[in-house]
Amino acid sequence: MNVQGTVHKYGDHVDTDVIIPARYLNTPDHKELAAHCMEDIDKDFIHKVKPGDVMVAGVNFGCGSSREHAPIAIKASGVSCVIAATFARIFYRNAINIGLAILECPAASAGIDHGDQVSVDFDTGVITNVTKNETYQAEPFPPFIKDMIEKGGLMASLKAGKAEA
Amino acid sequence: MGMTMTQKILARHAGLDSVRAGQLIQAKLDLVLGNDITTPVAVNEFEAAGFDRVFDKSRIALVMDHFAPNKDIKAAAQCKQCRAFARRFDIDNFFDVGEMGIEHALLPEKGLVAPGEAVIGADSHTCTYGALGAFSTGVGSTDMGAAMAAGQTWFKVPSAIKVNLTGRLRPFVSGKDVILTLIGMIGVDGARYQSLEFAGPGVAELSIYDRLTISNMAIEAGAKNGIFPVDEITKAYVKDRVDRPWTAYEADPDAEYERVVDIDLSQVDCTVAWPHLPENAHSAREGKDIRIDQIVIGSCTNGQLPDLEAAAAILRGRHLARDVRGIVIPATMSVYRQCMKRGLTDIFLDAGCIVSTPTCGPCLGGYMGILAAGERCVSTTNRNFVGRMGHVDSEVYLASPAVAAASGIAGHIAHPEEV
Repeated sequence: MNVQGTVHKYGDHVDTDVIIPARYLNTPDHKELAAHCMEDIDKDFIHKVKPGDVMVAGVNFGCGSSREHAPIAIKASGVSCVIAATFARIFYRNAINIGLAILECPAASAGIDHGDQVSVDFDTGVITNVTKNETYQAEPFPPFIKDMIEKGGLMASLKAGKAEA
Repeated sequence: MGMTMTQKILARHAGLDSVRAGQLIQAKLDLVLGNDITTPVAVNEFEAAGFDRVFDKSRIALVMDHFAPNKDIKAAAQCKQCRAFARRFDIDNFFDVGEMGIEHALLPEKGLVAPGEAVIGADSHTCTYGALGAFSTGVGSTDMGAAMAAGQTWFKVPSAIKVNLTGRLRPFVSGKDVILTLIGMIGVDGARYQSLEFAGPGVAELSIYDRLTISNMAIEAGAKNGIFPVDEITKAYVKDRVDRPWTAYEADPDAEYERVVDIDLSQVDCTVAWPHLPENAHSAREGKDIRIDQIVIGSCTNGQLPDLEAAAAILRGRHLARDVRGIVIPATMSVYRQCMKRGLTDIFLDAGCIVSTPTCGPCLGGYMGILAAGERCVSTTNRNFVGRMGHVDSEVYLASPAVAAASGIAGHIAHPEEV
């Protein structure tokens, strides 16, 4: 699978409170959550983002709260993939569980700038910076997680396991 | 090779003789937790997947604490959905307004977590129970929903940082100062994906409440969990609360640690984390020029009775500075009642503070103390991110109850020795 889009670039330690402020956690509605995605650090994001766009950030992306509303808001905003140097562990789990594509790649995080055109090949983990004509190799998922993604996420994987047992 | 305390608990729950860092395991769970914000998402996932039973109705805890008592109509609908789920599956440990408390204070108090158990919660501060020698960690709502059905979940076995504690705390210095100091040393991702394993002779100098505060904020260093050895202090705490058998695990003498961090408790001073990351640790003595508008004393980090006693000892017979609002939130109904019985409520009211029913409200900018642009709050909570307690241009300074109380009296960030 491939995606291509325009990059929205952020710094280190992007926390879940700025991804989706808690004042909006009184609803689990995906569209409502997306409407406020990133608004405390980038008011314009939700007006600029187009389906397929890519979010790129530094270290420890998604630190803080366990709110699954954070990857839900990003995914529902239209973002196809988040690339970061590193992810906070609860966000990493949540993103995989809800089917938001994420890639850990310090080189891409360092090399990609705001506004660049980037394409991602999820089968190989190769990230191509079309604007700068550079490529970066992301860390592959462990087989266990790859298997879960292929089955359609945690719930689908759990049900598949149950059927086999 | 030996195992850490965390690895031993995980191995037992995975039915394995041993595990090593990086290994992926399926572990059985002793308790699955959710609150009024995360449970609705979990319930939606649980129902969408077509599950029609929970793995064990006595091993699920649902606590209405974040936006409860309901802050608005949408929050009311979320609590209503949790309530309906709890009724449908006859969940034993459903805590609604009137008997609820802030989840991470309530569960230990009710004896729902014991040493050696494995707990996940759809709340990042689930790591609090490491103070009791349990393995506990925060997850998202889908993990919670799946675990309510399956009674187990997957983990990557963490490596560990050993935090070697020596010495004894000075007056006014508490567990909050220790954890803010540690996060200042290693950074907000200094323990990412790892266990913080506390050890050394200094452990015996820390009360169970100091330990609960320290484990609570392990996540603010990115840790998967923060765990203390089980000793006489732990046993005394669980003695009248837990009536089922439990196991104390110890790290092997040859357990492998990624690194060792030494903290001499006698060298820790009252510490404040300045905006906008918990790693921005400063001495409370550096805050004379920082005027404040509000103090908040409470939360899953510092809402226990000894926390409120520490604040009351400073506020007794004093009054908040002009233009400072004081919000005190006992973490559970039992703590609330003890505040009244012991005269703490009167001390707070006489000082000009309000005393609220338990809620997470202001900590995450939900309600009950939202900040306007330009306002500053000294808060005993756990996060000071941009916009955490209100407007994006407001500021949160994280501190202990003693420092928050002293700052409220002074009108600026203050060390308790100054007031």
